Amino acid sequence: MASYGYDDYDGRGQQAAPPTQDPAYDPNFVSDSVKTFVVHLYRHIRERNVYEIHQMYEGSFQRLCERMFRESPWPAVEAIAPYVDNDHVFCLLYRELWFRHLYARLSPTAKQRVESWDNYCSLFSVVLHGVVNMQLPNQWLWDMVDEFVYQFQSYCQYRAKLKNKTEEELQLLRQYDQAWNVYGVLNYLQALVEKSLIIQILEREKEGLEQFTATDGYDYEGGSNVLKVLGYYSMIGLLRVHCLLGDYQTGLKCLAPIDISQQGLYSIVIGSHITAIYHYGFANMMLRRYAEAIREFNKILLYILKTKQYHQKSPQYDQILKKNEQMYALLAICLSLCPQAKLVDENVNNQLREKYSEKMVRMQRYDDEAYALYDELFSYACPKFITPSAPIFEEPLANYNQDAYRLQLKLFLYEVKQQQLLSGVRSFLKLYSTISIGKLAAYMEVDEPTLRTILMTYKHKTHTVDNHGKIVSNADLDFYINEASEMQNRLKIE
Amino acid sequence: MGRERESPNQQQQVSYTVEELVAVNPYNPDILPDLENYVNEQVSSQTYSLDANLCLLRLYQFEPERMSLQIIVRILVKALMALPASDFNLCLFLIPERVVWCSNLCQLFFVRQQMEEQIKTLIVLSHYLETARFRQFWDEAAKYRSILEVVPGFEQAIQSHAIHVLSLTYQRVPRPILAEAINIEGLSLDKFLEYHVANSGWVLEKGQGRTQLIALPSNEFNHPELKKNTADSVPLDHVTKIFPVLG
Repeated sequence: MASYGYDDYDGRGQQAAPPTQDPAYDPNFVSDSVKTFVVHLYRHIRERNVYEIHQMYEGSFQRLCERMFRESPWPAVEAIAPYVDNDHVFCLLYRELWFRHLYARLSPTAKQRVESWDNYCSLFSVVLHGVVNMQLPNQWLWDMVDEFVYQFQSYCQYRAKLKNKTEEELQLLRQYDQAWNVYGVLNYLQALVEKSLIIQILEREKEGLEQFTATDGYDYEGGSNVLKVLGYYSMIGLLRVHCLLGDYQTGLKCLAPIDISQQGLYSIVIGSHITAIYHYGFANMMLRRYAEAIREFNKILLYILKTKQYHQKSPQYDQILKKNEQMYALLAICLSLCPQAKLVDENVNNQLREKYSEKMVRMQRYDDEAYALYDELFSYACPKFITPSAPIFEEPLANYNQDAYRLQLKLFLYEVKQQQLLSGVRSFLKLYSTISIGKLAAYMEVDEPTLRTILMTYKHKTHTVDNHGKIVSNADLDFYINEASEMQNRLKIE
Repeated sequence: MGRERESPNQQQQVSYTVEELVAVNPYNPDILPDLENYVNEQVSSQTYSLDANLCLLRLYQFEPERMSLQIIVRILVKALMALPASDFNLCLFLIPERVVWCSNLCQLFFVRQQMEEQIKTLIVLSHYLETARFRQFWDEAAKYRSILEVVPGFEQAIQSHAIHVLSLTYQRVPRPILAEAINIEGLSLDKFLEYHVANSGWVLEKGQGRTQLIALPSNEFNHPELKKNTADSVPLDHVTKIFPVLG
């Protein structure tokens, strides 16, 4: 089977990245523009000037990266610390940016991965223990959670490729076995959710007792937004981590406090909006709740279609486009398994046809080629699944970075196979309002008992159970079998 | 470096129920033994908690060396009994295929092989149920009484799933088809029908020839006209209202 698209490339330009050790790089050299940058950023943070912080974060930082740090890291934190009163929290924030830039443009060494983990631990501990009174832009806070989960995923992939690791790298993996430990990652995210009381805040907001969404999470009475908003975005972070682990049910549960039928903090930052809906839709697809997945993919794809041009200059633009393409592939899968075109807006549908109409026709066939297409689209569009357990250092060392992906793919294709006869029965049912079982069986070239199992499979597969135990129909066609006394067995289609 | 993980919820009191433990400690390896005991308790008391079992599978996934295949088999049987919900698949998503075993466990190889066979059997049984092939399911299940009979209520659970699927599909179901789906025949079936006529609103009718028909209670799935008239599609202006263009 093709495994097209599922490689280790993560769309962040890491693959062809030059090594970190640029001989001309002097970690202690601080140019005037960097000095001005840190001094101003530090001042704006102290003055709680969110607007200016946001301008510097989204604007100046990116411009400096482009101009001066295309292929080398930013100056070491020790070198800039004197310009910012050696401020502990500012240095943690600077290091967070430092590593993020390193991951995006260069490739981190084993040591740097561990150091970045330590920096997150320090940063989150400071936030969790409530000693900050900063206000940071939502974009930045989202990026922190997003990057934290990304680096965790990246570490799991890195760790799982044991072949070709140098002795030194293996030694580091053994020595720092707590770095990016799955319990640690989950417990930090969970602690941010709990300590921030964000779930209670959202509840109280529904009753009109508290404002959060209305102020975009900012605190205009002198408090800090950092813990609250990090807690909020951590719910999306948890959804993503659980999807990476194949735990779709738990992932959806983590997102549940956020009402995605409404606008919220998740939707004012495009990256968070896409991450939430992509994983929400994917999890629903794996739970066979195709109609729900189609509805949400449709909404976000329409939104991206209409707003794409406003994001062209955003540093996240490539990521937006990539997720956009992946969600079209997922939409093609969902619609092939659950042909409810009426749920899809015309503009989205036109895009989908352009990209996948030919493949979608072939996916209806359920031959080997159709499976290969399901495989291809799934592999292209699925999250980068991870194996969370620690490596086994026994010889011979083996790579296991694809194990988790292969398991999810296999189970997904298994589901596709179980539904293989449904598209055939659909195409006949569409043509009739009433038909006898015998006649339909003859058309489908199966015997009557087999037809009955196909019809029951159709009903079973198109009716799912929601979290409250209620039966929800995803059916595109309704029918029932009525075995009346004097007539032939009638299958009535509504 | 490599600091201790942050465990904000370490308090663990005897008075906590297992459900509460899971809610408060979703990512705490210390509750693993409690969760294993709880699986056995669910088996013996005919209760069920998907959340607790998923939590246990998650801990196994994080630390495969602590994995008990026997417990996994029990979780999977219970998940099969939760049909039509897709709990069985939810569990499979979390069970790594290649369970890496430490060398000191190698002597358990035969036990392990047996357990893996059992998991494969359960996957086959699930496949028959997922594709509504009840005859094959009951035939196959009969061969594996040793796995299934240790879990009380298994037969009844699958029977009610079969009835659920029948009632989605049929307004009137011929007796032989019902008999095959629930694996009950003859006098036992008569008794079974009598019970459901009295308690679940089933009606027995005479069909063509000597075939008995069972009219199942109407629901919105076998009587589409009962479906509430909800708008299925999202109107476009609704979408644009939710997501105004960012400036």
